[in-house]
Amino acid sequence: MNAQVQTAPQKSGAAGAATFAGSESRKYNYYEPKGRKATHYEDMTVDVQPDPERYLLQDWIISFGDGRPAYSKDSTAAKSSNWHKFRAIDQEWERTHYQRQSTICGMIQNVIDNGRKSGAASRFDKTWIKVLQDHLGAYKHAEFGLGTATMQAQRYGYTQMINNAVLTNSSYKLRFAQDLTLYLAELGIDIGPTLDTAAGKKHWLEDPVWQGTRKSIESIMGATDYLEQYFAINLVFEPLVGELFRSGFIMQLAAAQGDFITPAVVSAAEADYERNLANAVELFHILAHEPEFAAHNQGVFNGWLAEHGALALEAAKNLQPIWSQPRVKVSSFADALAAAKNRIKNIVTEVGIRAPASLTA
Amino acid sequence: MTASLTLNKITAQKGIGITEAANRVADLGWTPSYVQEAMTFPTDYKISKVARDPMKQVLRSYFPMQEEKDNRVYGALDAALRGDMFRNVEPRWVEWMKLFLAIIPFPEISAARSMAMVGRLAPGEELRTGFTMQMVDEFRHSTIQMNLKKWYMENYIDPAGFDITEAAFGKCYATTIGRQFAEGFITGDAITSANVYLTVVAETAFTNTLFVAMPSEAARNGDYALPTVFLSVQSDESRHIGNGHSMLMSMINNPDNHLLLERDLKYAFWQNHAIVDAAIGTFIEYGTTNRDKNKESYAELWHRWIYEDYYRTYMLPLEKYGIKIHHDDVSEAWDRIVKKNYVHKVAQFFSVGWPVNFWRIEAQTEKDFEWFEHKYPGWYAEFGDYWKWYGRKSKPGETNILFDQENGYVYPHRCWSCMVPCLIREDIVCDEVDGKVYTYCSKQCAWTHKLAFAAEYEGRPTPAMGRFSGRREWEDCYHGWDLADAIKDLGFVRPDGKTLVPQPHLRFDDKEMWTLDHVRGHTLQSPLRLLRELSPADREKSLAEYRKGFKIRPFN
Repeated sequence: MNAQVQTAPQKSGAAGAATFAGSESRKYNYYEPKGRKATHYEDMTVDVQPDPERYLLQDWIISFGDGRPAYSKDSTAAKSSNWHKFRAIDQEWERTHYQRQSTICGMIQNVIDNGRKSGAASRFDKTWIKVLQDHLGAYKHAEFGLGTATMQAQRYGYTQMINNAVLTNSSYKLRFAQDLTLYLAELGIDIGPTLDTAAGKKHWLEDPVWQGTRKSIESIMGATDYLEQYFAINLVFEPLVGELFRSGFIMQLAAAQGDFITPAVVSAAEADYERNLANAVELFHILAHEPEFAAHNQGVFNGWLAEHGALALEAAKNLQPIWSQPRVKVSSFADALAAAKNRIKNIVTEVGIRAPASLTA
Repeated sequence: MTASLTLNKITAQKGIGITEAANRVADLGWTPSYVQEAMTFPTDYKISKVARDPMKQVLRSYFPMQEEKDNRVYGALDAALRGDMFRNVEPRWVEWMKLFLAIIPFPEISAARSMAMVGRLAPGEELRTGFTMQMVDEFRHSTIQMNLKKWYMENYIDPAGFDITEAAFGKCYATTIGRQFAEGFITGDAITSANVYLTVVAETAFTNTLFVAMPSEAARNGDYALPTVFLSVQSDESRHIGNGHSMLMSMINNPDNHLLLERDLKYAFWQNHAIVDAAIGTFIEYGTTNRDKNKESYAELWHRWIYEDYYRTYMLPLEKYGIKIHHDDVSEAWDRIVKKNYVHKVAQFFSVGWPVNFWRIEAQTEKDFEWFEHKYPGWYAEFGDYWKWYGRKSKPGETNILFDQENGYVYPHRCWSCMVPCLIREDIVCDEVDGKVYTYCSKQCAWTHKLAFAAEYEGRPTPAMGRFSGRREWEDCYHGWDLADAIKDLGFVRPDGKTLVPQPHLRFDDKEMWTLDHVRGHTLQSPLRLLRELSPADREKSLAEYRKGFKIRPFN
């Protein structure tokens, strides 16, 4: 007996189950990738923030009370004939951002936990403990200021690519400010009352050594131009003050004071900065070589460089006494400042503008 | 080794507690003395009380927690492919995701941007950590949703519509409501937008229907990717709800704020209802093939999540602070859903406009009718014949239903406020603002435009409040255009240059698919422009006729 089994045609919602017009159109096709092929970052990012000059048919539909639209090219003095050109060099979207941040959190936690377990803090040079208490404790507020400034700045950019790069910058800065805070608190558990965890803020607010830095940070926080903030942070403050203190002081001197934990904690910020710097240089390079507005933008950038550069250089010079405080001296402020000046010179050259002699001499 | 020895006992060492950690982190802030922070996002509210951070989480626990959540999400997406999810998924459902996922990443990233606006308003720094995490969360949501959409595009039978997603979002006549939703988070008074509209109402109330109820329906349609992503998203929302409530509590004790709070709670609730219920109600009720009579309808879900969970346990307790709650609007929203068929009329409108969509909408069938009638008695009498007409008019060669003269549907006016059309015809309001005529779906939406979004509210200057702007009536953008030309301009044409992206059916066969030639010869018009051209007397006559509604002709 032959049984005839009739089966209904398989209904499937899977790719390739049928061929028809558009059935192979499996790429986001509404933007030009930077390279030959779109990257995953570009697919996650480009055009999510709309633009009336691209696809926003009805224009922005709610404005501020004074008539400003949701996003405006006038939120910065810089000009561009194509704000959509910029792509973040670090290509961060949520998954890569969490992976990296989480890895850093784990690395720092392991270093601190293992260091504490081995009683490392008890072998720190006593003078060095006071340096960490007063000055690393003060510096954590500078990082927080940069984090809040970029948190503010990420609201204004004309494209999603710019705003997300500024957002991840903020996320890194705020994490690092917290890293330092919690690290010092944990150090305090092992060291005991000798380490005054409230001293850092006092130095930040009152110590003349830190007032130049605070003024520089507050000037960035008080700027109303989001790109001025982004520029001043990554192209000016970070090389002249941030790296100067982190690399030029903490990471060079700590080991000689018996401290292997602090450089590892601080090293995360240096790696963060390399990424933030790459993004910022890319953006400002594009703007400084704009087909229509290069001269205008270079003028704007030179103005920002002069203003924030002067504040940052003053801040850097004010920090000099800190180099004298550790008992074991393995590097000099002069060397560190020379490296910082060289760094900013290279950075602004990369962007395509010239650092004034006052910053590099 | 003794039985009591554990790894934790070997490795544990004294650390700092959660409260202490949160306090130390909150102490990172200071009051600037050299240069003041610019208050670039103004508010008319007075905030004097330090906002407390209810979650007390710090970033070093936040990032690993989020990475773990991500690992589960991406692992599940891989598993879905290995399990051949798309072989069994219901295309009716996935097609609506072309609309939903075109809209949602922009509101999400707008929420990230809005954290800049509230970040500087609260005295003290405690809540700043909460806002920081919310900012990064929203970045997560926006890009994880873009990833999900790409994943659908790569693996679902018909990628058209996903492939143009962000361009479509900016242009479509339906996504316009999503833009109103998102821009509401980032413009105008910083507290109105970033606190009341976003966190106190949208996140606290309506994410439950968006991110909890909707994923359940996805799972019933063979899509377990959407629940994986969106329940993970929703797990972040509890922190945001905490931020919003804390900020609210820092203002609510000041009686000077009460008038504005009452205004904003009313505006935000009504507009969230009008927009979110329109979209999510349609996805859940009309995007599903599951007609299990034991499952909750959207109306039942709304009662659970919005009425019981939000209105009764969140809003009503605000009365003890002296805030007048807009009880009438809550019951009116409920009536619109259960008595005035709001969701059904929205679904009908979306389907009428299919040629200017960018996804497929298939006709509802007898199996659907039975469920609708069971859940919404009287549904069949009002909508049954419409969907039969829709089914008949889904074949190329028929007149597209937008311009079809046989079925009796009358294209609606657009609400100037929520941007959903005035679908409950008897409730349409026509009013003038600054000498111009506008139409609104309800008296609440008319109030929103005329009184709430103004420079003064009940005699009090409100310079920070936003204003409606732009070309808010979508139909006006294509007034006088041939339908085929408009579709080309919208970019809703497949790569062959002639087949439409939208289709009024789920037949994946070129022979069955509509092309530009099938829709050419019909002229789009702006109902508002036509209404404005009328004399006042004729306008009244036209509106009176509109309020009577229309009757779908019997299908035979």
